Amino acid sequence: MTDLAAFWVRFRTNRPAVAGLAVLAVVLVMAAIGPTLYPTDPFDMVGRPFLPPFGAYPLGTDVAGRDILAGILHGARISLMIGIMASFGATVFGVAVGAVAGYYGGWLDNLLMRLTDFFLTIPSFVLAVVLVAIFSPDIVTIVLAIATVSWPSVARLARGEFIAHRQREYVLGCRALGMRDREIILFQIMPNALPPVVVVGSLTVATAILTESGLSFLGLGDPNLVSWGYMIGVARTVLRSAWWMAAIPGLMILITVLAINLVGEGLNDALNPRLRQR
Amino acid sequence: MRPVLEIDGLSVEFASARGPVAAVNDLSFAIGEGETVALVGESGSGKSTAAMAILRLIASPPGRVVKGRVLFEGVDLLGLSPADLRKVRGDRIGMIFQDPMMALNPVYTVARQIAEVLEVHRGLAGRAALDEVVSLLRLVGVPAPETRAGQYPHNLSGGMRQRVMIAMALECKPRLLIADEPTTALDVTVQAQVLRLIEDLKSRLGMSVLLITHDMGVVSQSAHRVVVMYAGRKVEEGATRDLFAAPRHPYTQGLLRAARRARADDGTLWEIRGTVPSPHAMPPGCGFAPRCDCARAACAAAVPELTRTADGHEVRCIVAAEGAA
Amino acid sequence: MTAPVLEVVDLVKHYPVRRGPFEPRKIVHALDGVSLTVRRGETLAIVGESGCGKSTLARCLLRLEDPTGGTIRLHGADITSLDADAMRPLRRHVQIVFQDPYASLNPRWSIGTLMADPLRLHTKLSRAERRVRAAELLAIVGLGGEFLERYPHELSGGQRQRVAIARALAVEPDAIICDEPVSALDVSIQAQVINLLMRLRREFGIALVFISHDLSLVKHIADRIAVMYLGQIVELADAAGMREGAKHPYSRALFAAAPTVDPVPGVSCEAPIGGDVPSPIDPPSGCRFHTRCAFAKDDCALTAPSLRAVEGRSVRCHYAGELDFARWAGGSS
Repeated sequence: MTDLAAFWVRFRTNRPAVAGLAVLAVVLVMAAIGPTLYPTDPFDMVGRPFLPPFGAYPLGTDVAGRDILAGILHGARISLMIGIMASFGATVFGVAVGAVAGYYGGWLDNLLMRLTDFFLTIPSFVLAVVLVAIFSPDIVTIVLAIATVSWPSVARLARGEFIAHRQREYVLGCRALGMRDREIILFQIMPNALPPVVVVGSLTVATAILTESGLSFLGLGDPNLVSWGYMIGVARTVLRSAWWMAAIPGLMILITVLAINLVGEGLNDALNPRLRQR
Repeated sequence: MRPVLEIDGLSVEFASARGPVAAVNDLSFAIGEGETVALVGESGSGKSTAAMAILRLIASPPGRVVKGRVLFEGVDLLGLSPADLRKVRGDRIGMIFQDPMMALNPVYTVARQIAEVLEVHRGLAGRAALDEVVSLLRLVGVPAPETRAGQYPHNLSGGMRQRVMIAMALECKPRLLIADEPTTALDVTVQAQVLRLIEDLKSRLGMSVLLITHDMGVVSQSAHRVVVMYAGRKVEEGATRDLFAAPRHPYTQGLLRAARRARADDGTLWEIRGTVPSPHAMPPGCGFAPRCDCARAACAAAVPELTRTADGHEVRCIVAAEGAA
Repeated sequence: MTAPVLEVVDLVKHYPVRRGPFEPRKIVHALDGVSLTVRRGETLAIVGESGCGKSTLARCLLRLEDPTGGTIRLHGADITSLDADAMRPLRRHVQIVFQDPYASLNPRWSIGTLMADPLRLHTKLSRAERRVRAAELLAIVGLGGEFLERYPHELSGGQRQRVAIARALAVEPDAIICDEPVSALDVSIQAQVINLLMRLRREFGIALVFISHDLSLVKHIADRIAVMYLGQIVELADAAGMREGAKHPYSRALFAAAPTVDPVPGVSCEAPIGGDVPSPIDPPSGCRFHTRCAFAKDDCALTAPSLRAVEGRSVRCHYAGELDFARWAGGSS
């Protein structure tokens, strides 16, 4: 479609965003096929603990003699999956709440926005910790907890977009034709309101990865799965004697989050209609 | 006598995905001392681009002045350093825009915005600046200027905002005022007041005015001379009275007929058929030829030259030039 | 005699506004007791400046806004308080064309999709039949079938306005409300769109409610003209009567203020009224125009005039018919 082609032309001119996209692609490929190419189980004790990188094992071993490279590759899958699923859930729920609040306004808007504010005022990481601690720390709970703390900002943004669009003439025209609210919300306003939401949604992935890392660091990760945060958590007691053990997964988180942010910014510039006119 | 502003062969291009597009093409005209010149045209005619180019306000990229000179009091503005240009802008040349809400900063009071310019250009501050602000607001006919000075733009009506904009443009008693569609966003009863105000101030301060508009009614009321633009080119220039009485270019004729709501033979409103050509697909010859009733083969072959008649009237049309000769 | 297409009686629309959390709630008097009828096949112009309530009136006529009071009748049936479901099948009787053709077409959809919407909602045509019909409708407004594949941003303002008109036409309405349909267009294009609307009125017998601030235009195309000021109709007359001379000082001023291309030498075009339109929050007491009226007397600020019949028209002025407009410089319109 020409729309998409034009979008790509604009996105391409943004070098940091393209670099971010390239890095992100590498991380995604790593997560997708890494564990297949390097099938070592990250929980297996393969050798002596505390082996430095570039020895028998490319990135060395951790405190329990587990292969760090295996951890990074398998962990990429978990970290990214949690990040993407949680922010997808948060975006879908947030958009739904924001759309209904913004389109209908009135008491419904008040009710939904007070609920949103309630979640916004609680420090999100603390809330996530509490939620995971109350329920069992497995991957489903973690995804739900992160989504729960992430949706309010999406809802706020989507509401603003819907308020801006609901009085536009094309929406009034559709109402004058007798189009149903559901159709107006989903097929008329949504395509126009989505670009900024997509940007925030993409940035939420980065936050979600960080939150998951934080949870794992505190020992609230899924004990049966290796994630980058979990690896840092394991390494934190030996930070002074074996710094690389925490630095390697830390670096991965840094690179991935940075790449996602760059892509998000690039999306923002390319999708933002005001900048587009320049 | 040397004109206040002289535009000489100005051409402006914009970069686009499909290559450079000419927005203004070889535009020349001059504004004399105390004169009001109207630059008239429809959307896409290049009139606003030309006005922006005078003060070098065109975003670059994508815009670029390809060639030409803009002589203000004999100095080429296009060659000035940014510092020298700033001294001209707002000091020697004032500018007002169509939408005053866009040009006023919503978070500062009226007084503060006006005083800021006073400080930059005239070194006034504190009490002296405030007094000057109030007297300026009084000058542009703002009622209760002491109260209004302390208010924010959103407290004011459209007409009041435009008056504040005019006050800001006039602070330094400029030689030239560029007014870009100053009344388009206003109600008719207010529009007449603002036009009268500009006219009044012009004679009191001895300014020249460049009035950019699409409204032939506004032109007939305020301008001494009219420059008509179509598709980036000047197609006709003449004294307002002459041009309105006897327009020579078919486009000007059509524009005036449309503005007078003239009727065609079948009783419908008289219309110019077709649309303004896309800047990407300019006809090779006269830009108006595809919509023109008197077009012939030669019109599409090459861009017609400007022909000057004895009374200083200029027209860019083969057919009109033959009729005059 | 058949019932008029649309009829409003004593229509009132008030909006509550609150400037800040600690400020008292105020009421915007957008419409205050507006009554008028839209007859079959006529062109009724509603004229006024910003804040006069003309766009609110348009939205109330379409039931896009719920009026605070009064009655709206469509073909004689009261539709004032019908809910969305009851309103839906009636929507096809009245359509709207907006001012800004850049905002009135959803930029995400092709012209073909936009044209199919009304047909999908109000006819039983199949997908293929809708496409054929959409092309026919575009042909009626003077656009070729190739436009079906295009997107709004590829069209000029005039072409978009034609699409908007074709879309309104698709449901075969009895009335089209045109909210400043040409004021965003170039002068050379305005006449094309007006002529198109006039042709549709003639060929299909569609009544046009023409909302505008442009008196020079309205004088030429309307059958009847209603002048509004601060939520009220101040004068309602047929176009010939208005051309001869308005009777209300405000409509008089409005006609005088419109800049004419050929000014009469020596006659100022400036409206003989000063100041701006007052805010529709707390409109002036008595006659709402008295703050700007050159003829205002003491009782104008005290008692509100009602709309009364004066010389074959309705005027809301205590002194209509007795005023000497010759005192005004710009008296002749």
